[in-house]
Amino acid sequence: MKNDLSKPSSINRREFLKSSGGIALFIGASGLFPVLVSCTDEKKLKEQFQKHPVSAWVQLTENGDITIYNPAAEMGQGSMTSLPLIFAEEMDADWSKVQVEFSPQESEIYGSPGWSPDSKLMFTVGSRTTNSYFSTMRKAGAQARYILLDSAAKHWNVPISELKTSNSVISHEGSGKKISYGELIPFLTTPESFPEFTEKEIKKVSDFNLIGKDVPRTEIPSKVNGSAQFAIDVRLPNMVYGVLERGKRHGAKPTLLNDSEILEQPGIIKIVPFDYAIGLVAETLEQALLAKKALKIEWSESTSSGFNSDEIYSDYEKIAAQNEKGDVITEIGDVNDAWRNSSKTYSCDFKNDYVYHAQLEPLNTVIQVSEDLQKAEVWVGSQQGADTKLGVPGILGVPSENVNVHLQYLGGGFGRRSLSDFVEECAVLAKEMAPKPVKLIWTREDDLRYGTYRPMSLQRVKASLDSKGEINSFSHTVVGDGGNLVASGIRNDHYAIPNQFANWLETKHGVRLKHWRSVGHGANKFAIESMLDQIAFDQKIDPVALRRKLMSNSPRALATLEKAVEMSNWTEPSPEGRAKGISFVEHGSLGTGVCEISVDRTTGKIKVHRFWIALDAGIIVQPDNVKAQMEGGIIMGMSSALQERISIVNGEVQQSNFNDYSLLRMEDCPDSIEISLIDSQEHPEGVGETSTPMVAGAISNAFLKLTGKSLTHIPFTPERVLTILNS
Amino acid sequence: MASYTLDINNKKHQVEVAEGTSLLWVIREHLGLTGTKYGCGIAQCGACTIHVDGEPMKACVLPVNNFSNGEKITTIEGLSENGDHPVQKAWIEAQAPQCGYCHSGQIMQAVNLLEKNPNPSREEIKEHMNGNICRCGTYLRIIKAVELAAQNK
Repeated sequence: MKNDLSKPSSINRREFLKSSGGIALFIGASGLFPVLVSCTDEKKLKEQFQKHPVSAWVQLTENGDITIYNPAAEMGQGSMTSLPLIFAEEMDADWSKVQVEFSPQESEIYGSPGWSPDSKLMFTVGSRTTNSYFSTMRKAGAQARYILLDSAAKHWNVPISELKTSNSVISHEGSGKKISYGELIPFLTTPESFPEFTEKEIKKVSDFNLIGKDVPRTEIPSKVNGSAQFAIDVRLPNMVYGVLERGKRHGAKPTLLNDSEILEQPGIIKIVPFDYAIGLVAETLEQALLAKKALKIEWSESTSSGFNSDEIYSDYEKIAAQNEKGDVITEIGDVNDAWRNSSKTYSCDFKNDYVYHAQLEPLNTVIQVSEDLQKAEVWVGSQQGADTKLGVPGILGVPSENVNVHLQYLGGGFGRRSLSDFVEECAVLAKEMAPKPVKLIWTREDDLRYGTYRPMSLQRVKASLDSKGEINSFSHTVVGDGGNLVASGIRNDHYAIPNQFANWLETKHGVRLKHWRSVGHGANKFAIESMLDQIAFDQKIDPVALRRKLMSNSPRALATLEKAVEMSNWTEPSPEGRAKGISFVEHGSLGTGVCEISVDRTTGKIKVHRFWIALDAGIIVQPDNVKAQMEGGIIMGMSSALQERISIVNGEVQQSNFNDYSLLRMEDCPDSIEISLIDSQEHPEGVGETSTPMVAGAISNAFLKLTGKSLTHIPFTPERVLTILNS
Repeated sequence: MASYTLDINNKKHQVEVAEGTSLLWVIREHLGLTGTKYGCGIAQCGACTIHVDGEPMKACVLPVNNFSNGEKITTIEGLSENGDHPVQKAWIEAQAPQCGYCHSGQIMQAVNLLEKNPNPSREEIKEHMNGNICRCGTYLRIIKAVELAAQNK
């Protein structure tokens, strides 16, 4: 592993290009005029990199090999294939000759359009990767192809309009001449001008050869032979190991009672106190972990002292009853007026306990700080990308460009790795230990207890019917900590209900919180979809018929409903003892899910037998991978809806590891998850978070059909289900 | 500190570590065979599954001192020369991994199943694989891969 900290970071950008020869195309995202540089011309290559900003998206070699750079984190969602594939599609590259590597972590160069005008982000969150990079990668690929075409036209002295490209070969129909991209390298020149590459000048959807086909994921072979490198796998010469002991009560301050005893433990190099933890550095990991266990720490009270998560729901109910406006998210028409002029009203509270990310690779980072404390190399699996250099420059007090981030594969993200607390901790230790590299590892217990959870929440949902039995109002109050963390997904943009109101009422408990796959959608879609079925059940109408009417103004949403109905044979009765439930979710893409369940009435255990999903995500880049995302999202949704919960007593997290925080295992996975992808030529939408929030609603609606009773508190543990059945 | 000789992937490795050090830390941090993963440290998730004399075991709870007496240890790196064990090939065909972190352990567990039972039923697969957690939720693809490997034999 290269680790020379004396050179400026621009060299690191240069080093990522293979020096095996060929040519690099500096094109695309920076908006600069494309430039060709020979990879063997070290001086020129260096000059190009110093002309900030330039961006190399692709490297070609004479033998036809093509390296395309992926700017997004790979956490299992397939970015290592989907983004380069979009580029290769426009370039008409021979995919069998394509290698994929991570781009450098330089957001000015490799960022996608951010949330504000002219901003750029390398932030792998919110299921935005394909959605936000689609146009960027297409344009860059089209520019690469244009350079090749223009060079061939000059080489053969024929008009560019007479040339065609296919599978890395340019052909001229009139003369029958052909030349491969690799063979063309000696004749490449930079064109005098470039087309704009508007929608009309790039490929038509119907001409796609790679997008929409089942191209195997590029990094999977490395994930079945053990060679895929995660940050936790990084080993450097002279590396030492860091661990932290953090409190079970978030924010509690430690007082270490046995420092001298700890310093005498074998291999212990240093004790590094943090506000909320005691850090240890040792020669080996096992020495660090042994000493961690021997720490005697007195913990202070914190803002979460006295907080009991199971008891707090009664306070939440009182808050919801106060009719405060809070933060208003939706206000359409007048729900109060509609409520007064209604023929029937419904009201129900839904509850959701805290859930934990449980990404299988515990948090970790490797950092080496230079001896003069001015530079740092960071090896990390992060969703946050390069925008902030993960907080490391602030800790070292150095400019951002002095910190170089080497992105590794992420052993799961789910939102947890969009926070850089673990990187900052490692930077503190690495600064102490400079120039020795430090590998910081969170144990599973650390990762769980000092987690950043999906917040608990209470949803008070009210709906009313007019004299014709149509839903004329829908109001939804969410009570909980974390703003958008509890409020996302509360809107009903695809349900035509004339009077709607949604608001958030804040609580605070000092418990650490963060985006968790689908964020607030998990709890809010559960509440919305369950309320619709409660109305349908009471009115003795088909839940599908009810939604069909509500979706009258949203043809794309309706198409997913109709497809899911068809796939699941909705109108056919389920086998004895089973029932189906339906749920609709929008999270960028639109999806309707149907599940079939049974309930063991003696244990209270819910079994999900089958799941069907119809999804409209616009243009689908990798259909099989989108299906994989749907499948995984359903399993994670089932795990959280049926069994996962963090509970807090007197501010202390009660769970510690997978023995008492239960994740769904293979014995409980459904027999099948069938997915239908709806044909579309619309811009791609995110798919990573659409299926997870379908699950709780679909299960609770199936349960209502099966038992006549409503499940209103996630997770639907056997104990809770038994209580409902016996009520 | 004590010296232990371990037989891993048909190669002898000598390590100097304290008695009681887990085989997982020895394999990963001392010997650099990082395909075997740390997930929980209490034998609950299966990310660290290796073979000891052909049997799948959770390396995180195995003290190194009990495994230096000629026991044959196999890790994912030693399963095949070129990543082409029938189970690995089936895993690629099924496009099973997502983040991939748990899959070394999943594969090691599955290889043992197929060695003992070349044509397992779905229920037998689920039962044998139940100790291996996948947070990305790839269970159905793992089942498919095991079934493909059984067919392709």
